Amino acid sequence: MAIEVLMPALSPTMTEGALARWIKAEGDKVAIGDVIAEIETDKATMEVEAVEDGILGRILVPEGTQGVAVNSPIAILVAEGEAVPEAGAVKPQAATAPAASPAAATPQGSAPVAAPAPVASTAKPAATGKRILASPLAKRIASQKGLDLTHIQGTGPSGRIVRRDVDKATSQSMVTAASTAPVAASGPTSRSIPHSSMRKVIARRLTEAKSTIPHFYVSVDVELDALLALRSQLNAASPEEGPDAFKLSVNDMLVKASAIALKRVPNVNASFTEQAMVLHDNVDISIAVSIPDGLITPILTRVDQKSLKQISQETKYLVKRARAGKLKPEEFQGGTFSISNMGMFGVRDFSAIINPPQAAILAIAAAKKQAVVKGNELAIATVMTVTLSVDHRVVDGAVAAEWLSAFRSVVESPLTLVL
Amino acid sequence: MSATNFDIIIVGGGPGGYVAALRAAQLGLSAAVVEAKHLGGICLNWGCIPTKALLRASEINHLLHDLGPYGFSAEKVSFDFSKIVARSRAVSKQLSGGVAHLLKKAKVPVFEGYGKLDGVDGAKRKVLVTPEKGAAVTLTAKHVILATGARARTLPGLEPDGKLVWSYREALVPEALPRRLLVIGSGAIGSEFASFYRNMGSEVTLVEVAPRILPVEDEEISALARKAFEKQGIRVLTSAKIGALRKSASDVTVPVEVNGKTEEFTVDRVISAVGIVGNVENIGLEGTKVKTDRTHVVTDALCRTGEPGVYAIGDLAGAPWLAHKASHEAVMCVEAIAGKHVHPIDSTKIPGCTYCRPQIASVGYTEARAKEAGYKVRVGKFPLMANGKALAMGEPEGLVKTVFDAQTGELLGAHMIGAEVTEMIQGYVIARTGELTEAELAETIFPHPTISESMHEAVLAAYDGALHF
Repeated sequence: MAIEVLMPALSPTMTEGALARWIKAEGDKVAIGDVIAEIETDKATMEVEAVEDGILGRILVPEGTQGVAVNSPIAILVAEGEAVPEAGAVKPQAATAPAASPAAATPQGSAPVAAPAPVASTAKPAATGKRILASPLAKRIASQKGLDLTHIQGTGPSGRIVRRDVDKATSQSMVTAASTAPVAASGPTSRSIPHSSMRKVIARRLTEAKSTIPHFYVSVDVELDALLALRSQLNAASPEEGPDAFKLSVNDMLVKASAIALKRVPNVNASFTEQAMVLHDNVDISIAVSIPDGLITPILTRVDQKSLKQISQETKYLVKRARAGKLKPEEFQGGTFSISNMGMFGVRDFSAIINPPQAAILAIAAAKKQAVVKGNELAIATVMTVTLSVDHRVVDGAVAAEWLSAFRSVVESPLTLVL
Repeated sequence: MSATNFDIIIVGGGPGGYVAALRAAQLGLSAAVVEAKHLGGICLNWGCIPTKALLRASEINHLLHDLGPYGFSAEKVSFDFSKIVARSRAVSKQLSGGVAHLLKKAKVPVFEGYGKLDGVDGAKRKVLVTPEKGAAVTLTAKHVILATGARARTLPGLEPDGKLVWSYREALVPEALPRRLLVIGSGAIGSEFASFYRNMGSEVTLVEVAPRILPVEDEEISALARKAFEKQGIRVLTSAKIGALRKSASDVTVPVEVNGKTEEFTVDRVISAVGIVGNVENIGLEGTKVKTDRTHVVTDALCRTGEPGVYAIGDLAGAPWLAHKASHEAVMCVEAIAGKHVHPIDSTKIPGCTYCRPQIASVGYTEARAKEAGYKVRVGKFPLMANGKALAMGEPEGLVKTVFDAQTGELLGAHMIGAEVTEMIQGYVIARTGELTEAELAETIFPHPTISESMHEAVLAAYDGALHF
């Protein structure tokens, strides 16, 4: 009865994904509904459940593998005592199911989350494999209060965690918070907000990015006056109203400038994999948009081939949909480069965390008039600092500097933007 | 000379006392029971068990008079009332003998007589045992568990006289069936007697001072019980006040005031079932630090009194006055003495059953109490009328009602009225004790066809909706 476990699709448009982690090892018994692996696209993580009972006979795709095609075999399930056949000799069968399909989790018109990935619940930490004895009510209240059951001592039969233990843990975490607070407080001074699935994904992905990607940072000051002048001119050319009306933002122009720089220095438009450096032909730029409970990065595709007006209109549309929680998975999954712009908050400079599997992210700070030296003269210019965070496995320092130089040259001689 | 020193002496041999002794013996502690009259206490001898034997007889009588719908007819149906009462006594006697056997098997000596605290001897407590006949003996133990139970409360003017005015004692061993009966108090005891005598053929009036009968039950269940009682021909008076009784040689006239109007009932017998009081007298509490509050011994959550080494369990320690609560406290108290880790009883996890027709069973919060406690509730209801087994049995009267905490899915309470509900309530008690939520209950497969399916449906009704209603 050997069955091939196939790579599931997380969304109707997904063609490939990464095999993030095997929860079960070769030789492990699996039952229907057991989570056997986690797969992910660049935005969503999904648990893969077995839909047959059996033994995980062979893992065909090692964990950490990127770009696994949908419907390709990733493992072989066999019956107990059965020999494991070679891959290919097995009848393929849709033996896996995503724990919840993003399509189901984000129906049109309802509020989707950035990553419809139900991360393993607190009740069953698949990572340690240790079973936690807890009553269903205790599990539910703990998850509602954002408490981790692994840190709660159970006092029920056989050390089972019951409601009173969770209640006690809640009041203790408040007491601890209060007693360690520098200001003496008479009452509870902290409260727990349970993680949304978006928050869990942000936490997991950023931790993974920052701890596995060797980041380095390169900053440059860019003068904006020419670009601002061009922007005024262009905006003045817009019709007063109607479908053709537009209003370009500085951000729109910086997005386009990034795309041109990426075309000029294509090694930055890349991804690292264990086997190879993957260079992307398309320039798809993820734009970080803050939304009430986190952030999301809608993607502007083929930015190098789009006009400023198109970029402006598409960005407005995507940001609006992002803030309304109406992005489709394909509108935020993917991308080859990211931009995070905090200019509107007046920051002087900052560095961003890379959005894997991309190789770089550009952090844009506020533009400010300041004194500059031109020739031997003091002058006033509008200057902003941009910082490129780079994956050193893909991009070396010289390449990063070259990219920034290209970016600065486009911004400071902005006519390229309208070519 | 048998031993007189023990690890634990238990005063009272009811469902609290004898269970404490059995558990102590299991845990390797030496224990002795002091009991004046009846091993098994009120429960076995004058309460739970003999009433169930009587109610079984009245149920049969009811069925024999209601055979038509099943296609039967019977003529000249008759009964020998003394045999019905004798059977009830025999059942009690058998069980009491069973308790004696269990204690003997556990090597727990039983000292016949009244036990009372009698000071200390060094680190040990003395218990004086005074038998009805013969010399008193003094026993000693490090720990003394008081489990002397409770008795019927008497109200001035309503004192049982053993002839016209009965307490539960006389009501359990009547010489003849009273033609006209008035029951004062509609708690479990009053309602069960009203049901028994009505189903045996007496004319029954049930009088309650509260605005509804079975006042501790959920309001909706109370209302359905009243409706069922009235349909059976029981006259039910609520918010009622009893005036002075006028007794003649063979009957008694009871003035009952409802809404300012007084009606007089002349009946052959009156049953007073107006609550119970703890047996706190003559057990040597004077001069100790044991505190009492309205005839009950005050204890902490682990049944400890104010006096070190002295514990109180069961009816003596207060409401709810239920045998299973006493037995559970007994086990907990002894385990704590033995140094085991124990959990205090949560009264919202103690089920209550009333064996009138139709039966009533409940656990946890009523809908009103849950709301008072600040819960946002989800309520599910399922009528037995929509249950196949209930219809097949010819018992379509009844309702199952669930109360959930809308936020956490905790089963806060469950309330049932109808056939066999006393046998089924444990399902909800397990759910509540095991902290199952609506999700596990909804996922549980209930057997078909059973009346218990309505328990499942009442859970579904609180959420997505019942399938069969």
